[in-house]
Amino acid sequence: MIDGILIGLSAALSIQNLAMVIAGCLVGTFIGMLPGLGPMSIIAIMIPVAISIGDPTAALILLSGVYYGAIFGGSTSSILLNAPGVAGTVATSFDGYPMARKGEAGKALTIAAVASFTGGTIGAILLAIFAPALSSVALLFHSAEYFALMVVGLSAIAAFAGTGQVFKALMMTILGLILATVGEGALFNMPRFTMGMMDLQSGISFITLAMAMFALPEAIFLVLNPGRSSRGSETGGSSKITGLRFSKEEGRAIVPVIGRQSVQGFFIGVLPGAGATIASFLGYAVERNIAKGADQAEFGKGSVKGLAAPEAANNAACTGSFVPLLTLGIPGSGTTAILLGALIALNVTPGPRLMIDEPDIFWAVIISMYIGNLVLLILNLPLIPYIAKILAIPRNYLIPFILFFTLMGAYIGQNNATELLLLVGFGVLATILRFADYPLAPLLIGFILGTMLENNFARSMQLYRGLDFIWERPMTLGLLVLAALLVLLPSYRARRARRRAEGVADGD
Amino acid sequence: MALDRWIALIFITLCCVYGYAAFFTMDQLLPPFMQRNPVWPSTFPKILSVLGIIVGLIVLFGLEKPSGDAEPSATDINYRRLHEYDLGRALLLLGLMVVYALSLRSAGFLLATTVFLAGGSAILGERRWITMLLVAVIASGSVWYLVQEVLGIFLRPLPFFLR
Repeated sequence: MIDGILIGLSAALSIQNLAMVIAGCLVGTFIGMLPGLGPMSIIAIMIPVAISIGDPTAALILLSGVYYGAIFGGSTSSILLNAPGVAGTVATSFDGYPMARKGEAGKALTIAAVASFTGGTIGAILLAIFAPALSSVALLFHSAEYFALMVVGLSAIAAFAGTGQVFKALMMTILGLILATVGEGALFNMPRFTMGMMDLQSGISFITLAMAMFALPEAIFLVLNPGRSSRGSETGGSSKITGLRFSKEEGRAIVPVIGRQSVQGFFIGVLPGAGATIASFLGYAVERNIAKGADQAEFGKGSVKGLAAPEAANNAACTGSFVPLLTLGIPGSGTTAILLGALIALNVTPGPRLMIDEPDIFWAVIISMYIGNLVLLILNLPLIPYIAKILAIPRNYLIPFILFFTLMGAYIGQNNATELLLLVGFGVLATILRFADYPLAPLLIGFILGTMLENNFARSMQLYRGLDFIWERPMTLGLLVLAALLVLLPSYRARRARRRAEGVADGD
Repeated sequence: MALDRWIALIFITLCCVYGYAAFFTMDQLLPPFMQRNPVWPSTFPKILSVLGIIVGLIVLFGLEKPSGDAEPSATDINYRRLHEYDLGRALLLLGLMVVYALSLRSAGFLLATTVFLAGGSAILGERRWITMLLVAVIASGSVWYLVQEVLGIFLRPLPFFLR
């Protein structure tokens, strides 16, 4: 592990990669602040840039910097405007915005930054400990286990979709899998479901799909509902950000909160389908329940604890979500699914072999997570008052640019104008699906895992001349049983969630 | 019937068409040597279509209890309030995107992008024409420079008659 850290340090500290971290964090913060553009859309927009860099280490460093930056930027707009740019920072606005209204915006931003930094750092340490262990287990896996593991991942994503949403999420996963079968598979060498169209021969480009699923609907919603971008801005925002310091007592109060939520957030992030959003809400709820007396009453009115908890948790969860991606090659969230797609496009296959075959990529990413967090803390915090000006860009200019960047993202990768028509088509579809309250991340994850799922399935079928691999490999059987349980479990979770919702609702 | 159930119905139809293609049209084309494999190109699609129909039916008949959440908040997006929304503008923008896609090759990147950006702002109600055009021209020029020179991806800059 020490060797690995040293390799990672030397790779991450090269001038090029340092520049990537800084650029990624800055771009992420910028765009993350814009209402409606989540980390998934931002990363999708950045992918063509990352791919054209060519060096997978630099590209992954850039993209993970963008990821962190986006979460950080999202918390800034949550605090200043009560308009979370990112779902993972909604819980931040519960206490961050009241603080800003009390004139403590600067302090709130500092606490958010410190909590994020600590969450991210603890997450990165845990990642450095757990990822190698997990990948040495994963080396025992054969294609049968991989097949089963992907089934587990896909059903877990559905299972964590929320009450009443499980089968909708499953439906979207299957739609994603169906879309993945379009085109010429590597295994069979024959075009499937192309409807005779040449442009579909190579399948649907995942960047196009990612843009269409996330960036485009958000932009359309901004047009449809002008009120969406300006929630809470009747106070005119908090244009003056002063007093970045917080007191010693406050510091002492948030240390245990940050510690607990960093660890809890990390492990929630590791679970497929859970992620920054769930981690931040759960972190907030847990801290609120732990706090006593006046402390608890303060939650929702500008409590420093209530601000620190979701911030530490969401950053730690972002880091945690890299564990399944880097060790198993299975993305647990929409964002890591997009990262996986980018890695495959860069000729890197994440999985247990990654640590052995390309340790520099693996460790450089982990090291650059520390650096990224540091950059966010020391570079972004002083710049926040200036960066926050971006929130003043008139939407008449903002929206055409967002649309233009989604178009560019889809076009640059393929150099094919048909791709743009596909983008608009899928974008309209995604908007309708969003209206009907269907989750879209499962669709994209299904799409990205589809090819791998089919290949591993076919390989194990060929090795065992049939479905015998399910019975003959106990690990496969165990995983498939787990997958079935995950789909059936939510009825139990629904009961528990209702109880938890009652606990949160009475104070808001 | 609520919108999500209509979508489930459409999804089931899609799965039926997909399943029909997988079950009845793909296997005839299979060369004989591949027929001895346990997995055919149509195997996975067949499984998917069956699973899709089952899941689609569960959603269609509402077998899963909805969460019974409170009213969605005013800033959330909700199709029942579609008539209050700026639907015309959104459709115009989508139309503009299609026009952009179709004209990108013949009009060249610079012209198409300038028209797209300025047109987009105009659709959204911007009336400061000079600022708008200036922003669009500068933006399309600098994006072209970045993509072409820095990233090294070829974008045809000029319209067909100047080439």
